[in-house]
Amino acid sequence: MAQKQSHSEGHHVTPLAIYYKIGLALFLLTFLTVGAHSIREHIQPFAALVAFSIAGVKAYLVMAWFMHLKYDKPSNRLIFSLGFIFLAVLIGFCALDIVSRVAQNSIL
Amino acid sequence: MSTNRLVDGVNVASHYRDATHQYDSNKEGIWLFMTTEILMFGGLFVGYIIFHTLYPEMFAEGATYLNWKLGFINTLVLIFSSLTMALGIYYCQVNQRNKATLALAVTILCGAIFMVIKYFEYTHKFHLGIFPGEKLNLEMVKPEHANLGLYFGFYYCMSGLHGLHVLIGMGLITWVMIKNIKGEFNSKYFTPVEGVGIFWHIIDLIWIFLFPLLYLVG
Repeated sequence: MAQKQSHSEGHHVTPLAIYYKIGLALFLLTFLTVGAHSIREHIQPFAALVAFSIAGVKAYLVMAWFMHLKYDKPSNRLIFSLGFIFLAVLIGFCALDIVSRVAQNSIL
Repeated sequence: MSTNRLVDGVNVASHYRDATHQYDSNKEGIWLFMTTEILMFGGLFVGYIIFHTLYPEMFAEGATYLNWKLGFINTLVLIFSSLTMALGIYYCQVNQRNKATLALAVTILCGAIFMVIKYFEYTHKFHLGIFPGEKLNLEMVKPEHANLGLYFGFYYCMSGLHGLHVLIGMGLITWVMIKNIKGEFNSKYFTPVEGVGIFWHIIDLIWIFLFPLLYLVG
């Protein structure tokens, strides 16, 4: 995809048209989320997966374009992704705990 | 400050080599802060997932008390505010000060609309006796599941912490907007606008997940 990239004083400046396109895409994806919600009876048990997949795409658009991570330094991308990596560790160990202990003799 | 010096028209603090060094260090600090935000909200999300796994029917009942249309409108408001925030940074980058001020003002207005809708949602629930945890009025609500207060504990903590971020974000945007009106930003120096912008976008980012989690999937 050929994108116009202008540089001023070493800072990357995203063209206006891209911001509008990303904004429009986020709006459409929000409508898609609600659309999928309205037919959730027909797409069970995948309704939650669909809703969070759309949320994931929206999150990517916000992070890459609005938060400028696409053109940020790799070290900043690493710092931010570490938050998600350690979140995954937390979810992983909690899931192990629930499957192996809590779900078997729950007092919760 | 007397220890600052002007380098190519940018006010550079004495402990930085040059404007680029200052900009990169500031950005790195913002991203470290954003990582702690992800971990803070992430902990709440993990707690929600754990108890949702244990009591799926109770969480499904909880979601029926929320009006998804209000959450949907708030999602659109927040996405629009993210767009105007990005435009605010853009106009600072291209030296269009008045347009930047306008974009930032619209962003603050969107934050206010979000909070007003949130206010109506909260007061409506209080009116019905829906409070978090053991404060849930079982006689008024008559829930199917006696532990429904757990769901609303998560609801109020997560949406409340998010709402607090919106309020703080509105304050920060007001701060950079005033600085912008005073003419402190230009294509060479706009770090505070970008930093506040990243904070505002993470508020949007968290809401993108909170909306389906609380309102739709339950």
